Formats: sequence, structure tokens, C-alpha cells
Amino acid sequence: MFRAMSPIQEGIVPAFTPPPLPSDDKRWKIVNGTMRKNGFARHALIETLHTVQSSFGYLDDDAIRFVARSLRVPLSQAYGVVTFYHYFSLKPPGKHTVTVCAGTACYIKGADALIAAAEKRLGIAQGQTTKDGNISLMTARCVGACSRAPVVLCDGEVAGEASVEQVLEQLERWTVE
Amino acid sequence: MTVEELEQIAESVRLENAKYDHEIHVCMDLACASQGADKLRDELVKAAEAAGKNVLVRRTGCMGPCSSGPLVRVDPEETLYAHVKAKHAEAIVASLGSLPVPELQCDLSSHFDKQVRVVLENAGHIDPEKIDEYIACEGYKALMTALIEMTPAGVIHRITESRLRGRGGGGYPTGLKWSTVAKASGDQKYIVCNGDEGDPGAFMDRSVMEGDPHRVIEGMAIAAYGVGANKGFIYVRAEYPVAVARLTMAIREARRRGLLGSNIGGTTFNFDVEIRLGAGAFVCGEETALLASIEGRRGTPKPRPPYPAVSGLWGKPTLINNVETYANIAPIIRNGGKWFADMGSERSKGTKVFALTGKITNTGLVEVPMGIKLREIIEEIGGGVPDGHTFKAVQTGGPSGGCIPAEMLDVGVSYDALMAMGSIMGSGGMIVMDDTSCMVNVARFFIEFCMTESCGKCIPCRAGTAQMYTLLSKICDGTASMDDLELLEDLCSTVKEASLCGLGQTAPNPVLSTLKYFRNEYIEHIAHKRCPAGVCTMKPQEVLA
Repeated sequence: MFRAMSPIQEGIVPAFTPPPLPSDDKRWKIVNGTMRKNGFARHALIETLHTVQSSFGYLDDDAIRFVARSLRVPLSQAYGVVTFYHYFSLKPPGKHTVTVCAGTACYIKGADALIAAAEKRLGIAQGQTTKDGNISLMTARCVGACSRAPVVLCDGEVAGEASVEQVLEQLERWTVE
Repeated sequence: MTVEELEQIAESVRLENAKYDHEIHVCMDLACASQGADKLRDELVKAAEAAGKNVLVRRTGCMGPCSSGPLVRVDPEETLYAHVKAKHAEAIVASLGSLPVPELQCDLSSHFDKQVRVVLENAGHIDPEKIDEYIACEGYKALMTALIEMTPAGVIHRITESRLRGRGGGGYPTGLKWSTVAKASGDQKYIVCNGDEGDPGAFMDRSVMEGDPHRVIEGMAIAAYGVGANKGFIYVRAEYPVAVARLTMAIREARRRGLLGSNIGGTTFNFDVEIRLGAGAFVCGEETALLASIEGRRGTPKPRPPYPAVSGLWGKPTLINNVETYANIAPIIRNGGKWFADMGSERSKGTKVFALTGKITNTGLVEVPMGIKLREIIEEIGGGVPDGHTFKAVQTGGPSGGCIPAEMLDVGVSYDALMAMGSIMGSGGMIVMDDTSCMVNVARFFIEFCMTESCGKCIPCRAGTAQMYTLLSKICDGTASMDDLELLEDLCSTVKEASLCGLGQTAPNPVLSTLKYFRNEYIEHIAHKRCPAGVCTMKPQEVLA
């Protein structure tokens, strides 16, 4: 039985036009720049997601859809990558972020107590953000400052040999701001 | 770029440096930087200008003894100052040319005496952001020698002769790996540098990438020449932003100097490097998972064979080595394979960098010849356990390694000796624990790590680590029975034998080694509902009616 062949089956690949930017937010241009630099190749998926996260702070549905369509990656695969890697976040971060390193050296030097104290003070579990969106409490899998364990990052700033008091003081400062 | 041009650059840097009476080196590695090394450097520059002294203030990579940071070294006197703050800048500058500042001066000779620096030879001496300073320390000379005077086979022969083994932890002979890739058919081959230092408690590779990035690039370029590749990728953790920035800058500088790109050194050899960011997955340290991640996919491992050396990145032959392995290449090419093979023990040659952390006086980065006794590293170089506590165990190899007890400390460090003790060399994390650490709790910590980091592809690892974690939690809170212990041991062997990749196969090591050397602690938890170290909180016992 005769069936009409689609152009792709005949080996004629239609020229690919990337989808339009989701909005006129300038940050999408940065994202698009990363993809263009990589020739919209599929292997640029993780690179592009990194750019989205560093530009927007997290990855929302719109962003994942846009990147998946632009790179011609199935949405399921893009979502799979986002959820596979710890570094990517689907939720917006708080105004401030306190990250307690939970690497081995920090664990031996008592990082557990720091996490517990911060959880108690903020009333949230690790990985969550306070209801008012002010502070996120995160843990890291080793930031590589093991010689100064236990290590806490306050908005990215490394503080070594951290004590429970120091962490609580910092949280207090952010709360009263 | 030719050999003559390289020599001219080196000469001009030497002449420039000779203009100064003194050089003040400020360690700006993470540990020192987090204690205000930035401000300290600015103050030193200001103080030197104000005093009208002819001084060069240089930012450097990690000097080693991080616990004494921020560190400052004054050359040519080689005076080392510890715990330097910005307020000390004037005193240091004023002391130049006369006696050193006594209250800051520190004597770490016991820390340095037994170390041998090959990988870290430039760390603490050069500015990592200046390619010319690397060139002045014989940088890229090995690449030029290889390209102009040696054949690719000759390069591989020299690496084989050095008997260098992979520094990522597996210890596979580097020369053999290179020759497999060289023999693989195909006109497109890739070089990959594994900088995904996922072992929590280790930071050797971060320090090398940040403190001496060109060394890694040079090693990769030599490897590319040896195996016939023209494209390289450095896979770095996104958690290391400084390493990413330094490598990016180093690649740009190397391209500008014609040390990467087309017709390197006026030969027909072309090679370029790109950086790929990891995204926080421990399993990506496994080579097939790492390749999947570079290709933009989830980092799940594949069964081997085929090995990446035959079918790797996009199905092409791919050479994967660790950062420290590449960092060893240039010195081997410069000094010969025999020079390297003369260092170390019978089957483990050269030196190894360790990140010494935990309950130890001198935390930081150390580089020691293979074969050195663990006791020498911990008691002499590391200065022993502080605060009057007693040494209990040293953990090597991270979540894939094991805990080594005090009675085994006289064993020399080598791949085989560590393996025989139930641990592994690993990438070089060395975490010291004292009597305040509970070994059951430590085992649970590592299993929790492996459980959350398991990619989920194979069942023994995905389900086995979760069950092991539940059992260990029961032991820790005093609700386990002796049957649970038996079940745990049984599960260890299942997970070890049946898992697909290295993560699962080695995940039981922390449990097995603590069971082997600290079984009494497990028994105490189970039979007497008591944690000898006082770490675990026992659940209140149910009163039997």
C-alpha cells in the first residue's frame, strides 16, 4: 500500500528555527547566547541549564520548556536532567541563603549541630525556604574548604570553623533586616 | 610559539623578578581567602608603597598548612608567617631586610621535612593567573620537548616507564591506558580531565586547578599528542567557581600564547580544551557517567566493556584521567620516567597529594612519596591529634574507602597496602578521627551519602544502600538485634558483588572496614544499647510487661 512519505523520511531535514524568547527579559538573551555558542547542540543542555540558574536563580517550567525546545531535547529528558543533578533547583531561593557544608570533614567536626540549630531557629528543614521568602537553608556536599571545617556559606561567603552561635547570630541579622 | 620564544618569556620574567629585593607571597587559596587574605594583600601592597620598599607582592595558590592560615612567605629569606591579619602588613614590610617578625613567624619544618613536591612544586610560588610565571618555572617546556623531540610512541613509552598509576583512586597504570587509546582505531579521539572531585572531605584537585591550572592543561596537551587526540574537555564541579574561573583564564592565555589551538610549537599538532561544568552528582566521578554528563545527559554509568578507551565520548576513543594524574605528566616528560619510578614503593611510584583534615593539628594539603607510613603523615606531618584526645581511625578514599585503626598505622601508603586493609587510596582525602567519633555513626554517614548519590540505575545499589542505611540507623538508635547485624553483613557482600559501577561496588567499604576493626562498637550499640563515643542517642527502651 502506498503511503506518502514525510520530508524527514525522504532525508530532507527542514531548517531548524529556535523558538522565540519567552519574554523580553534580557536574561533570556544570555541563555540564548549559551545555546548559540554551542550551535544549539543537544549536549549543551547542562551548560544551558547552568546559565538559566545563574541568571534566574532557579529553573521554572517555562525555562525548562524553552531550553528543551531550543535544543530539540525531549521535555522528559530535560526534566530528568534537572532533577538528577543536585545543583539545579526548581524553587526560587530565598533572599539570603545559608549553606552548611555536610562533607566528611565538616561532619566529623560537628556540622550536624549547625544544621539542627538552624533548622530549629528557622522552623524549616534543610533544603527549604522560610515562608516569607527571606532565608533558605541548604546543605552542600563539600565545598572543598575541609581544612577549616565545619564550614558555613552565608550568601556564598565562606566562614570556617563555624559555631552554632555564629550561625544563629547571622540568621538573627538577616531576620531583623 | 617556539622553544626560543618560551625561553625568552621565562628570561624576561626572571629579569623582572630580579628587580625586586624581596618577594612577599600571599596564599589566596579558599582557606586563607576566607580569613581575609584579600585584604591582607591590599594592605601589604599599600604598606610597601608607603615604606618605599622595592617589593613584589604576589598572590599564590595553596601553600599547604591551611590550619595556620592566612599564610605569608617572604623570599629570598623563605620566612613563613602564620595567622597573618591585615593589621600585620606594616610590621612585615618594616621587617624586610632585617630580622623577621617574631610573633608571626612559624616553624613548620616537621610539617614540610618529609614532603616531596612534584604536583605541588609551583603551588605557593607562582601567580596562577599569569601564564608567564608558569613558563618561568619550566612550564610548557615538557610539551615543547614532546612535540619537537619525541614521537607519540616515545611519549607513551616514557609514561609507561615512570609506572605512574591513575591518581583518581583506581590506580590503573596510566601508560597502559594511554597506549590502549593510542591503538584504538578512529580519526577522532578525545581527552577528558576528571575534575569532578566529589569525595566529600577532599580538595587536592581543587587546589591544583586553582593554584596551578596550566600544569593540568600542559599534561592534557601532552596526552593528546601521545594518543592522537585534538580535543579535550575538563569536567569541573560547579561548586568550585574559582577553579572554573582560573581554568577559563588559563585556557584563554594558553590560546593567546599559541600553546593551545592549531600548529602548536610550529608543528602539525592541534589541540584545544573546553570546560564542562558538573552539576553536583558524585556518581559523575565514574568515567562512563562522567561522559554521559559531558554529552548533556543524566550521569548514569554504563556497563564496561566497551571501555571509554575504545568507545567513549560520542562513541569515540576517549582518554580519561584525573587532575592529579595530568599534573604529574609534565615533570615526568622533563625529568624522565626513571626519575619518577625511583620515588615511591615497589608497585606505587611517585608522590601522592593528600588532603589532611578532621581531628588533626596541621590540616591542609600535603604531598608525600608513596610508601611513607601513615604514622609519619599523621603524627609528624600532621602534628597528631589535638586537645589531648587519642587517635582512633583515619578514613581514606571517601565514601568508597574505609577506616584504618591505630594498630595499622605503620603500614606504608600504597594502592595495594590500602586495599589489603579494606580501604582504598581514593583521590586523596584523609580524615582523622579521635575518640569522640562513633564508628557506627561514621559508617551510617557514608552509607547515607551513597544512598542519596546512587543514580538508581541498578537495584543492588539503589535498594541495597537504602536498606543498609535503615539497618545502621537502627543500630545507632539502639533498636537493632544481632540478626540485623548479620543481615547488614550479608547485604554488604550483595551490594559489593552485584552493583553495576564503582559507586555501588565500593559503597559497603566503610561498613565492612568498621565492622572489621571496630566490631565491638557495633556490639556495644546492639547488646548494651550504649554508644561508647557518646555520639548516638539511644531510643528509650520499651518496658517489657
